[in-house]
Amino acid sequence: MRDVAIVGAGMTKFGELWDKSLRELVVEAGAKAIEDANVEGRDIEAIFGGCMASGALTGQEHVGALLADHLGLNPIPSTRVESACASGGLALRTAYTAVASGMYDIVAVGGVEKMTEVSTADVTRALGGAGDQEWELFNGATFPSLYALMARRYMFEYGATEEQLAAVAVKNHHNAMSNPYAQYHREITIKDVMNSGYIASPLKLLDCSPITDGSAAVILTSMDKAKEYTSKPIKIRASAQASDSLALSDRKSLTSINAARVAAQSAFKQAGLSPKDIGMAEVHDCFSIAEILAIEDIGFFKRGEGARATAEGRTAIDGEIAVNTSGGLKACGHPVGATGIKQAIEAVWQLRGEASGRQVKDLEYALTHNVGGSGASVVVHIFERGY
Amino acid sequence: MGENLPLVWRKMPERYRLVGSKCLNCGRIYFPRRKICPHCRRKGKIVDIKMPEKGKIYSFSEVHSAPPGFENELPYFVAIVELQNGIKLFSMLADSPRNKIRIGAPVKMVFRKITENDGKGIIAYGYKFKVL
Ligand SMILES: [Zn+2]
Repeated sequence: MRDVAIVGAGMTKFGELWDKSLRELVVEAGAKAIEDANVEGRDIEAIFGGCMASGALTGQEHVGALLADHLGLNPIPSTRVESACASGGLALRTAYTAVASGMYDIVAVGGVEKMTEVSTADVTRALGGAGDQEWELFNGATFPSLYALMARRYMFEYGATEEQLAAVAVKNHHNAMSNPYAQYHREITIKDVMNSGYIASPLKLLDCSPITDGSAAVILTSMDKAKEYTSKPIKIRASAQASDSLALSDRKSLTSINAARVAAQSAFKQAGLSPKDIGMAEVHDCFSIAEILAIEDIGFFKRGEGARATAEGRTAIDGEIAVNTSGGLKACGHPVGATGIKQAIEAVWQLRGEASGRQVKDLEYALTHNVGGSGASVVVHIFERGY
Repeated sequence: MGENLPLVWRKMPERYRLVGSKCLNCGRIYFPRRKICPHCRRKGKIVDIKMPEKGKIYSFSEVHSAPPGFENELPYFVAIVELQNGIKLFSMLADSPRNKIRIGAPVKMVFRKITENDGKGIIAYGYKFKVL
């Protein structure tokens, strides 16, 4: 296996993009990444695209073919990757293995979701498909309700409060203020979250990530070739993935996502690093509780301490570990299939020193954590400068 | 939910009688039923076993935003129930006064309508749990 680097990155603005179709989104992000990498289209050998639910959300399946066609890259192989909300992260990992193995030298990786064309009820049903259709959805589960069950249990076991959970959303909205690609540029307060109304108690509207359109893309090549394209290649130092039961009730614990622990430990082992080496992390805050579990599962904080640590500001940009500098899923937005790629792009910009207004100082290593469903699949990557 | 008609029929032993699986090789119990024991895999020997109908609330949530088919139920409570044999399952709560719904509250299985909707006249039945 050889070292792999990201040599180009590009994304659309995230938000309710009424005037842009699924294919326009992927073309915009793809073209930006190709331009950023200064790579010729004819040199790209394969495409991997993360997308969770384009069929349910737009009627359009066959996203692999759509990507190759509309990026003007036919006839190279193009593969859609689906792992629910971790589709983007898994597309990146799949592309990483294809370059690391030596099968391809240059690969384009994209992620996309177009979510605002159908009703909220239909989005709720489509996203619910990330859980267990036969034993959760059939019995009245919604995706927020699964995370609500984790939040309730976490509060019970550790004495955490709804206000502490709300601090995640407040921080991430603050971080998004300086991200021009973010869906929201609006500061919120703990009180705003507390007054936003229950979606699935104890989670309120402002504990939940929004419905978002968007696309993001990166270009990968071998570390050896990376210098041909850019003076600032970002090396993928580790790539890890793990699985767990589809249904939440089959998990050993509701207050820790085991696949995240396993994937993070695997990534740290590959990299020869530990959680204290990481300076910034983009973690999967689809709900406020998810960020709390993430920072404990990765190992930044001990179990049961994540909520208080967040409320104390220890995960702010100038804190011990900067978490979700992009604004996270909560405030940057969560176009499901694109999220894992956006996380990697934020890591790239931070490591290149291009995250104006939200730049983490003296950053050496960045980590991304992308979760599928209620934790049945998790992808973790670690990045560092390759220059 | 009309497309779930085959699902309703296929899962009747579980949905109507809480039938799960037991692996005779390792003694582990699973609900819903599994074809393969994840612990023993090829060495496992899976047989049906009836789950206890009593347990306690392990976690719960009140749902205020529902997918198609459940709008008429809003708001409704869902829970992870821990049965007396330690098996956990996801279920809606029924006939349970709000002030009694808490972690640790004793519950008992009841048989109820789950959904009735979409104009196709399909009514899905199954288990819910009631706080005692
Ligand atoms: Zn067994």
